[in-house]
Amino acid sequence: MDIGLGHYLTVAACLFTLGIFGIFLNRKNVIVILMSVELMLLAVNINFVTFSHFLQDLTGQVFALFVLTVAAAEAAIGLAIIVVYFRNRGSIDVDEINMMKG
Amino acid sequence: MIKALFFYLFAILSVSSGAMVITARNPVHAVLFLILTFFNGAGLFILLGAEFLAMLLIIVYVGAVAVLFLFVVMMLDVDFAELKAGFIKNAPVGALIGGVVLIELAALFLVYGFDLGVAGNVQSAMPSTGSGIDNTTALGRVIYTKYVYFFQASGLILLVAMIGAIVLTLRHKEGVKRQSVAAQVARSPKTAIEVVEVAPGTAVLPSTEGQN
Repeated sequence: MDIGLGHYLTVAACLFTLGIFGIFLNRKNVIVILMSVELMLLAVNINFVTFSHFLQDLTGQVFALFVLTVAAAEAAIGLAIIVVYFRNRGSIDVDEINMMKG
Repeated sequence: MIKALFFYLFAILSVSSGAMVITARNPVHAVLFLILTFFNGAGLFILLGAEFLAMLLIIVYVGAVAVLFLFVVMMLDVDFAELKAGFIKNAPVGALIGGVVLIELAALFLVYGFDLGVAGNVQSAMPSTGSGIDNTTALGRVIYTKYVYFFQASGLILLVAMIGAIVLTLRHKEGVKRQSVAAQVARSPKTAIEVVEVAPGTAVLPSTEGQN
């Protein structure tokens, strides 16, 4: 019953895979795709903190902090883009985002 | 023992609620399951001794990011049933790629095994448990000294994100009266007052450019 490095890495791997799966499962809905990206970033953070704990090195936690910052910025910008896009087109269907196609 | 129990509780809940995030029919439910996932991730962080990051995860993610998602989902009048159309069609491809990634990760783990026996290049060692320095203090000591430039850069990233989000979503509606400070300050007695000679028996018609 000893919880080791592998247990945490397994959870992170499962969450990361769920994020990838979610992107393919909800190909049309940008909001759910953004949520899937957040899931993947959470998995990465769990990896960082796990290695930080088992190596007894704080650097992993510092890096997880920066990942958190970038994820927050990305969510804010992404949602702003979605709002503007919905205002212009009346839909958030990913398949219809092809105006810049040559 | 109790640690293992809590680990399995948080792990199972986070993975299953993560699965609910991507399969939920209603996006509002998806956001709520995302919040549950973050809470359980914070629980895992606490088990790993990273209390500050756990707090941060709850404050920043649950308090700000997830609520932002919730706002957008509720604010946009999106026909979500229509967006669900390709759900079954895309599932095999997604399952294939997800399965490949999972197998790769598992293979990496099985082959490499993550033997942490020698941790030679520890950059900033964690304070020992008996030293009385808690996680937040230790992180603060490192962030404001060794990683201060990165810390400032992350602040800059947040500033850029804030300005970008505002610039993207701000719009000036036509036909809305606004206060123009410049016009008010530029007013002088010459432009504000008009002296009119009124002949007896006539009326003064309001000037067309008057601002009522």
